[in-house]
Amino acid sequence: MGIQTPNGFSLDNSGRRVVVDPVTRIEGHLRVEVNVDAQNVIRNAVSTGTMWRGIELILKGRDPRDAWAFTQRICGVCTGTHALTSVRAVENALGISIPENANTIRNIMQMALYVHDHLVHFYHLHALDWVDVVSALSADPKATSTLAQAISPWPLSSPGYFRDVQGRLKRFVESGQLGPFSNGYWGHPAYKLPPEANLMAVAHYLEALDFQKDIVKIHTVFGGKNPHPNWLVGGVPCAINVDGTGATGAINIERLNLVSDIINRSVTFVEQVYLPDLKAIAAFYKDWLYGGGLSGQSVLAYGDIPEHANDYSPASLQLPQGAIINGNLNEVLPIDLKDPAQIQEFVIHSWYKYPDEAHGLHPFDGVTVPNFDPKLTKGTRTDIQEIDESHKYSWIKAPRWRGHAMEVGPLARFVIGYAQNKPQFREPVEKLLHDLDVPVGALFSTLGRTAARGLECQWAAHELRRFQDKLVANIKAGDLATAYVEKWSPDSWPAKEVQGVGFTEAPRGALGHWVSIQGGRIDNYQCVVPTTWNGSPRDPAGNIGAFEAALLGTPMADPALPLEIIRTLHSFDPCLACSTHVMSPDGQDMATVTVR
Amino acid sequence: MTEDDSPGVPVPQVLILGIGNILWGDEGFGVRAAEAFHAAYETPRGAEVMDGGTQGLYLVQHVTAAGDLLVFDAIDYGLPPGTLHVVHGDEVPKFTGAKKLSLHQTGFQEVLSAADLLGRAPRRLALVGCQPLDLEAWGGALTDPVRAAIGPALAAAAAILAGWGVPLAPRRTPGAGLLGNDIDFLSYERRGVA
Repeated sequence: MGIQTPNGFSLDNSGRRVVVDPVTRIEGHLRVEVNVDAQNVIRNAVSTGTMWRGIELILKGRDPRDAWAFTQRICGVCTGTHALTSVRAVENALGISIPENANTIRNIMQMALYVHDHLVHFYHLHALDWVDVVSALSADPKATSTLAQAISPWPLSSPGYFRDVQGRLKRFVESGQLGPFSNGYWGHPAYKLPPEANLMAVAHYLEALDFQKDIVKIHTVFGGKNPHPNWLVGGVPCAINVDGTGATGAINIERLNLVSDIINRSVTFVEQVYLPDLKAIAAFYKDWLYGGGLSGQSVLAYGDIPEHANDYSPASLQLPQGAIINGNLNEVLPIDLKDPAQIQEFVIHSWYKYPDEAHGLHPFDGVTVPNFDPKLTKGTRTDIQEIDESHKYSWIKAPRWRGHAMEVGPLARFVIGYAQNKPQFREPVEKLLHDLDVPVGALFSTLGRTAARGLECQWAAHELRRFQDKLVANIKAGDLATAYVEKWSPDSWPAKEVQGVGFTEAPRGALGHWVSIQGGRIDNYQCVVPTTWNGSPRDPAGNIGAFEAALLGTPMADPALPLEIIRTLHSFDPCLACSTHVMSPDGQDMATVTVR
Repeated sequence: MTEDDSPGVPVPQVLILGIGNILWGDEGFGVRAAEAFHAAYETPRGAEVMDGGTQGLYLVQHVTAAGDLLVFDAIDYGLPPGTLHVVHGDEVPKFTGAKKLSLHQTGFQEVLSAADLLGRAPRRLALVGCQPLDLEAWGGALTDPVRAAIGPALAAAAAILAGWGVPLAPRRTPGAGLLGNDIDFLSYERRGVA
């Protein structure tokens, strides 16, 4: 049956249904079902997943100065960005300001996360959607060397080096322990790279794994430890003692030099390895421009990286803020996270209960009451057999901005920055489009999302340099303040209920925390995370979210081997509440596919 | 990672690592066991006790840097809830799927596997696992059978470390806990609060 959504998509669920479900014992997680037509083109898409329902229950009654420690446990990969969002929300509620150095250090922590997360995402999750590892075994190391040297001055590029990597890979595959590479769709017709490009990418996969450990040292320097660096309401928890040889944890010249050195090496790695690989891979997939979804019509960014402490205005934020709707790139609309008419969450297709489900609720008024009805869902809470998108079908709520489903993330940020004519976003996009010889419309695609992430990684590496220089200059000018403690004591807080919002741009998109504080304790706490926006189910008007929209129209070579679906979902770098996944003796197949 | 204050004297480099999500019922077993280990024993010289949370692949550098690795984690061996199960060396599963939908699904098997591929797998490896009862309680605490397994898990870990030649001494003065800011075991479950 064909239906038309208000946001402009045609859905037809009459064809064969393909179910992609990661098998975990954890409730829900991310699961996708699509219907394909007779030509195996996706005509309907339904995504469902788990979110952190219940975080407000954990936090209710706690000291707001500790909320960051809880929220950073929501997700192991996004720890810092949840912690930062939390301290900003509490500061906003209580009217606490932070020193300039604290703002700069927080920016450095956040941008180190961008570089780290984007790099790891590309090589360790997403590259294997384009790179056929098994094909790398048949590459000619000499030709691989020629290819690598043609695209980058990166020194690790000799025939001997690639022969060595190929040998390691071969022994690894032959040992029967396929590890990270097992269970892929090797040999799938949607893979287009020649063996040499595949071998080069595998070598860089290993190099990136080795290099990422250096980037997180920035978090250790400023956050005291890694994993789980420390955060502080009112500033940052590290002291500055330039002359000291290091009272434990204090920032001295040696540590500042270490950070500086890591930043320099990050710029080099991103520009000599990541971006050349991105371009080389994209050049083979120029005709695979599916997956645009909402990116060409409705995108949202809260903005981040304030140039000046305590100034979260669009002029201060170095990552763009605003909303684009109805594909009108000529107008970037202003946003207000406290306006009850702007951000609202709907639950008509989510397993929650509202008094009136035709309407949405602003996060300050947010409630999270589970409502899983087994009569309307085939299966159990933990083992969903079949999704029926006409009823409730996801643990994710459906956030909307003024009623519009929005895409968030690196591509949304670049589209908004581009529309605002900001050269730092516009120029790299135009150069990339020119180098690849593709039109601007190519940006609105799965690969466009992947490319924006790479360009943002480069932007962040250079901004790291700028903010690090700013920190050093400020310290040399004699400003050593890293925290304001005047309002640390709850005695200094307002007695009546106060509300605050904190926002960041997480690597994967706009992240907001809304907090209400009364009598020194948390009264309500709501998080709306990037994957809630992108992975949202339908709303009462029938608008579909970014994941569902991005899958429509994609042709599949073989519905039983859904590489194309995984490719597009990976391009969003989806984040769900993290578990480590229990070990089982025979390992876990991370996805099953059913075609019926 | 660890500091050897007397160069020349070989000390075993041991990482005692707890992994899991403390916000998620029995998923938190590994971190809570590491926390209890840290509270019960002085950290041996050359060793480190780490709350690894759900850092997934980001733990690889800690794993490759470790000479010996002891891991506390929830396991699924189909045993009765709260049952401890210890596995050594190659019996510890190293496996992952490239079909996972999110980087956030990186299991510890993949971390071990990546360490292997980098050619820097730990020399000795042991897993002290506990079969969970409830992995679905978001915001929930450890269930009774899993909480009861923490004491025996520490005893199992102590025996393994003794076998590796790592001496253990009970903690004399309680220092700062492994987890602060109200997410330590007692505060999280509000057992320490009236």
